[in-house]
Amino acid sequence: MRSSLARRESTWGLLFLAPWLIGFVLFFAGPMLASLGASFTDLVLVRPEATHFVGLENWSRLIGDPLVRKSLLVTGNFLLIAVPISLALPLLMAVLLNSVHLVAKSLFRALFFLPVLIPGVAAAVIWQGVLNIQTGWVDLALRGVGLPGPDWLSQPQWVIPALSLISTWSVGNYMVIMLAGLQNVPSELYDAAKVDGANAFYRFFKISIPMISPVIFYNLVLATIAAFQYFLTAYVIYQNTAGPNNSALFYMMNLYKEGFVYYHMGYASALAWGLFIVGLAITIGLFASARRWVYYAGGDR
Amino acid sequence: MAAVTGVASERRVGAVASAPVLSRHLRGLVLTGTISLFAIMLATVYLMPLGYAASLSVRGASVEADQPLWPSDPAQFTYNGETYDLYNVPLGDGVRRLALVRKGREQSTFVDPNDPTQSIEWQGRWRTLDRVWMFSPHWSNFVEAWQITNFGRLFFNTVAIALIGTVGAVSSAVVVAYGFSRFRIPGKALLFTILVGTIILPQQVTIVPTYALFTRLGWVGTWLPLLVPHFFGNAYNVFLLRQFFMSIPRDMDEAAMIDGAGPFRTLLSVIVPQAWPAITAVCLFHFFFAWNDFLAPLVYLVGHEELWPISVGMSYFTGQYSQLPHLIQATALMALALPVAVFMLAQRVFVQGVVVTGVDK
Repeated sequence: MRSSLARRESTWGLLFLAPWLIGFVLFFAGPMLASLGASFTDLVLVRPEATHFVGLENWSRLIGDPLVRKSLLVTGNFLLIAVPISLALPLLMAVLLNSVHLVAKSLFRALFFLPVLIPGVAAAVIWQGVLNIQTGWVDLALRGVGLPGPDWLSQPQWVIPALSLISTWSVGNYMVIMLAGLQNVPSELYDAAKVDGANAFYRFFKISIPMISPVIFYNLVLATIAAFQYFLTAYVIYQNTAGPNNSALFYMMNLYKEGFVYYHMGYASALAWGLFIVGLAITIGLFASARRWVYYAGGDR
Repeated sequence: MAAVTGVASERRVGAVASAPVLSRHLRGLVLTGTISLFAIMLATVYLMPLGYAASLSVRGASVEADQPLWPSDPAQFTYNGETYDLYNVPLGDGVRRLALVRKGREQSTFVDPNDPTQSIEWQGRWRTLDRVWMFSPHWSNFVEAWQITNFGRLFFNTVAIALIGTVGAVSSAVVVAYGFSRFRIPGKALLFTILVGTIILPQQVTIVPTYALFTRLGWVGTWLPLLVPHFFGNAYNVFLLRQFFMSIPRDMDEAAMIDGAGPFRTLLSVIVPQAWPAITAVCLFHFFFAWNDFLAPLVYLVGHEELWPISVGMSYFTGQYSQLPHLIQATALMALALPVAVFMLAQRVFVQGVVVTGVDK
């Protein structure tokens, strides 16, 4: 009796899970395996019948490919500049919004959040104008204070800083999550620290930061993954050129060009799996490091 | 805000020693002033590009080196069928706005537009004079940008793709989240871990074989690749709804079951009515996702301009017409108008959705 009830329940449950299970097989697990298979072939989509098994050729090409090395360098550079900004800026905004001294909180929250909702293409196009050497307001302001304004998007050494600057417009979600984290910190902790004479600086670094380390960690993981998948802004600004001297040849840009400009689908599959492996390794690395610096108030969560 | 800070800090100097209670009050005022002022500055700098886009979008097609930042045209004066530019000319009795009628090397002739019969000789180089600028926003840029990009078509396509996708994303996520939150299924914990894992792992890995699959099905060049995958429960949405469903007490669905309602009935009449905030958040998330989606329409709709959403159409337009920055900025503003309006209306729900997915992990 009991077991038939349990079976009934699990049948219904599986029925409800079915859409996701089917989608997972059709659009995730299946394609993952298919692309692993394709990475050992010279698949060119316009003539699939002429596909051959080429063994590890794509993979050995990937390891020696100077464009892959360049794209990893570009992506890594971007990661090192954009990710710290994507953590520090929303944290600053969240601290401001959490301050009892700020007036018109909900207005500021809306203003700080707003840019993340602006469609990526529109944001890229607007920033492309703002960073223009002649008419852009950034260089106008720099010249106003007597500094030489760089040609942000055309000089190879300024491309990554410029794109990092543009990426400040995508921190809205991180800010909201950090703010929620700050609001969850029990106020007794601050009161106790105040009684003990701790100043605001000390309270921030010894209470706020450790208490919200889980959400900082969550944002770190999301920002890192976003940096690896970075494509849209660079594509809108540089189209297929990948920037001056390939200075905006992000990993995804290289993958896109191989797969959808040159139609080297076999090689693009190997590149995709390379991204998967590197992304997985870094995520695992982050989770391993989390044990040292992320504090979970609820114990083992 | 600046005034408040100034006054407060001035008073503070005298107050600190004499009255500690008052000084604490003033200290609070100073802090409020400083922090709010800082927030205003940060918001101004952060949103400055929007000001740039707004200013450029109503600007004339040609821009001169000495043109001010606000939308402007050179002020002109027409007299006897001839058009003359106006300049700020320093004369003995102050700076006057005069029309330049004869350009000379060291000496030029001007007339006062109010009294054009009287000509005024001015010693000096006219090129060193400042021109007079007139405030004149070119609203017609928006009309021109709308026509050039065929924006009506792009807008319709984007809305259609977003709405159909939202129906699929919400209905499938509700069903799957119900399964995860209410049923004992062998291996459920493992399945849920896999689900959360698919949020974190880069999905671009699948784009090549998925493209091959859709090519085989003959779906490339149609909207189907942008719509069908969303009918299978997106992991992020399922996660959000499942967290919310877990917080709804089970007593009510058990009562409904006892009254003879089946699982589907219970979902629709008990769970869904209580989960509106979360469901609205999922709708909004998908709407914004679809409005932003770029890579998929770029690869699946290549060469099919009539099917393009705004994102792809705008990117193409930007590449083609880089010499028309004022129209590009006008298009950018048109593209962000609806998402920003939706956000303003549904801010609270949206922000709460972000919090649920971000903090409750």
